[in-house]
Amino acid sequence: MCRLALKTSNEAFSPYGVFEAMEAMQEGYDGSGLGLIMRGIQFTDYSYNPRDPVLSGIAHTEEALHRLNAFMQDKGFALKYDHEFNVDLTHIEAKDRHKYLLRVYKMPESWNNLSQEEIEERLMLTRLALRKDGEEHGGDLTSFAFWPDVIMIKEVGWPLEVGKALGLDEDRIKARVCMAQGRQNTNWGINLYACHPFFIQGIATMTNGENTAFIPIKDWLTGKGFPGYIGYQSDSEVFTHILHYVLKQLKLPLQAYKHVITPLKTEELAEHPQGDFLLGLRNACRRLIIDGPNAVIGTLPDETCLLVMDAKKLRPATVGGKPGTWAMASEMCGVDAMIPDRDKSKDFQPMRPHTVIVPPDRQEYKIWSQFDQFPLPQAA
Amino acid sequence: MVPIRSVPSTPSSLAANDFPWIIEHREDRCTLCGRCTAVCPVNAIKLSYMRQRMPKLVLNAAERKTSYRTFVGIRQKTDVSKRCVGCGMCAMVCPNQAIKPVPNPTRDRVRFQNTQKGEAWKRGGRRNEPGANLLDKIIFTRISMLTDPALDAGRHEFFMNTLLGRVLSPEEYLKRKINGGWIPPVREIFPFIIGSMSFGALSPNMWLGLLQGVAYLNEVHKIPVVMATGEGGCPPWVLKSKFLKYMILQIASGYFGWDEIIRAIPEMKCDPAAIEIKYGQGAKPGDGGLLMWFKVSKLIARLRGVPEGVDLPSPPVHQTLYSIEESVMKMIQSLSMAWDFRVPVYPKISGSNSAKAVLNNLVRNPYAAGLLIDGVDGGTGAAYNVSMDFMGHPIASNLRECYLDLCAQGKQNEIPLFAAGGVGKNGNVTQNGMALIMLGASGVHLGKYIMQAAAGCLGAEDHNRCNICNIGLCPKGITSQNPKIYRRLDPDKVAERVVDTFLAIRTEMKKIMAPLGRSQSLPIGMSDALGIADKAAAERLQIKYVC
Repeated sequence: MCRLALKTSNEAFSPYGVFEAMEAMQEGYDGSGLGLIMRGIQFTDYSYNPRDPVLSGIAHTEEALHRLNAFMQDKGFALKYDHEFNVDLTHIEAKDRHKYLLRVYKMPESWNNLSQEEIEERLMLTRLALRKDGEEHGGDLTSFAFWPDVIMIKEVGWPLEVGKALGLDEDRIKARVCMAQGRQNTNWGINLYACHPFFIQGIATMTNGENTAFIPIKDWLTGKGFPGYIGYQSDSEVFTHILHYVLKQLKLPLQAYKHVITPLKTEELAEHPQGDFLLGLRNACRRLIIDGPNAVIGTLPDETCLLVMDAKKLRPATVGGKPGTWAMASEMCGVDAMIPDRDKSKDFQPMRPHTVIVPPDRQEYKIWSQFDQFPLPQAA
Repeated sequence: MVPIRSVPSTPSSLAANDFPWIIEHREDRCTLCGRCTAVCPVNAIKLSYMRQRMPKLVLNAAERKTSYRTFVGIRQKTDVSKRCVGCGMCAMVCPNQAIKPVPNPTRDRVRFQNTQKGEAWKRGGRRNEPGANLLDKIIFTRISMLTDPALDAGRHEFFMNTLLGRVLSPEEYLKRKINGGWIPPVREIFPFIIGSMSFGALSPNMWLGLLQGVAYLNEVHKIPVVMATGEGGCPPWVLKSKFLKYMILQIASGYFGWDEIIRAIPEMKCDPAAIEIKYGQGAKPGDGGLLMWFKVSKLIARLRGVPEGVDLPSPPVHQTLYSIEESVMKMIQSLSMAWDFRVPVYPKISGSNSAKAVLNNLVRNPYAAGLLIDGVDGGTGAAYNVSMDFMGHPIASNLRECYLDLCAQGKQNEIPLFAAGGVGKNGNVTQNGMALIMLGASGVHLGKYIMQAAAGCLGAEDHNRCNICNIGLCPKGITSQNPKIYRRLDPDKVAERVVDTFLAIRTEMKKIMAPLGRSQSLPIGMSDALGIADKAAAERLQIKYVC
């Protein structure tokens, strides 16, 4: 079982605090993988323009780095900032880490006239091309994210050790949203791509628990033929792709996510104000029904954060905090570690129909129930 | 040596021990009640007087003479047409357990003689291949442990229903919902379906029992079980009742019963569950239905609109068939139109190498509501033995191939595949059905199994037991149209057994799903849960080889 921690705050903060929360939940993972995603980023060494895409990944060899440089240059990306981590590899097991990539690029001039959708597609394809290039060269290049205002770090090891190995405790990078997962390696091999969170076109989620309906969901997503629906080194990657599918492909509101992964029962839909629409949606998206046990925590490009459970709710997860700063974690002690000075009586553990949302203004968290009216008047 | 001419031998002469079933009769127990001979459906035994010489050992020649004892006993007839079929009704009615049929341990000789009068062997039942079939060998190996704890089959809530009907892609669904387009009808049903057995093949009591059982399951237990009629129509009172919604009406190449159905449409209180267009069936692929004259009673003749007592062979193909594409399109569209596009219409085909071609045709037909593939082990009321035993395609790989083909196109949710043919052949009905579901079926159809479980059908593949559904002499009254015989079957008791059977299937489904950690949806295509100790089969089905 993995451990999840997310913190979102109006004031950018160091990700190291989130790692400390992971430490508080240490019983639940085995150091076989750590992932971190940051949004709303600030560098102490560089004044970052949040419209510029950031490449996150690892060049495992010098040759891979050269290939990367040549590739990006060829595509017309200009390097604006190359973050040099204060790397101390003695804290982690891996030895083949030639360079941790955290680079800010300027988009090619030729993209200026492209629509937002086309830009998003090209950014994704660039990431996938880098990933493919690495895979074709014995895995010497890994690319986790290539997106504006997103940093993604994945490494095998314990959270605080990984934090120290990359010098994250020096607060040179801060972010308004930090989301981390400590992985309990289950039936999948140790692989950097298997570390959560998973990322596709600005959307990121992480999960604990195992996804028992993984194969039918994966088969369906793969069949869509969308270039980004690949990977699946972890059974949890489908949660991210389903969220992406609902928001970006179907262009449905966020409320629909829960209706897709854990739809209401037929008799419940018979009573629902948009039961007819939701029943049809359930049928059409039937292969995306998850079977848990999982808690899914995610963030969206506008810094919205969300937390949902599977329908059986065999995993705990809590949201708590105060106006301006909120935390979500798979264990209550994780929330305690991130925001100790909060009113704990306001903590909330979502149940079967709930989606917990922390909107970008971070004034309060919202609880959407699947039994509520669904916000799609033209369709319903 | 006796003279040749005194031996009563013709090419077809057989002794009792040349038959597949040999009657064992114990004279010391027999009460001479005659029930066995009266009940025997094929007149295979006779009650007769017999004489036995009783030699006396007397030394004095003058007193030496032979005496005789006469006694009454049961003897098996040795006429090929009166062969014992092994149904065992004699044993069932004997008050003293004095008689029973025993399978011949050696190879019988009837198999070489069952072509009397030039008639090739016809029978009921299914492929005579006893023993575990491939489905029986599949086990569920992905057991939830530790990270995803197994669920409690007794206390947890399970969602096991499936969908019958064309499901739109999510994109298309939203588009049509917003623009007010046609959303194809979809039924939420229990994934184990009572497959098509016609009113004609089945006796009125059997049919009524099935319908009562199905209605009870739906209305009392809220398990949405549906049953298919088979070719041969549906009694008018059912067509005009609220029970029609539990029926899948089948139309096949003989169009039997469709006059009544079409005429009843204006008076229907509800729509049928679906329409099944039979292009083929697993037991006799490429051959039409066959209702032999024995079973064309007055009632059946009226329902089907034919004279009494004539053979009713359906043609192998539909008369509209110029090409399969045209036929499928025309028939699906016209039948959809008959119910104003409110009823799912899907074809049923025999398992075949060409199933994928049919499927791909349906994928591009927006009105096709699914595909039912009936494998080689499917049962029937009447067919030529050669069709039953040797024609067709096993269901597992046929279904899997079709499912994987749909996956490659991303259409596996849009066209539900249903599988049939040998589900529960050896009694493992839930395991067989769930294995097919995890290989990609949206549900399975049960025919023979239901007759065996709900009505005590005695037919079996071992030594071709009973399997005389075709001649209307079913000893249990399941497939007979003779009131003297079918009155043996109490419809209420059949209904009870239908309910028992489905309740047990539901419990066993939970017992399979819970350890796999599945409860929120039917695990269609969850092939990672399956294992088989047969490398070649594992590779073909793309499941795990386990040993």
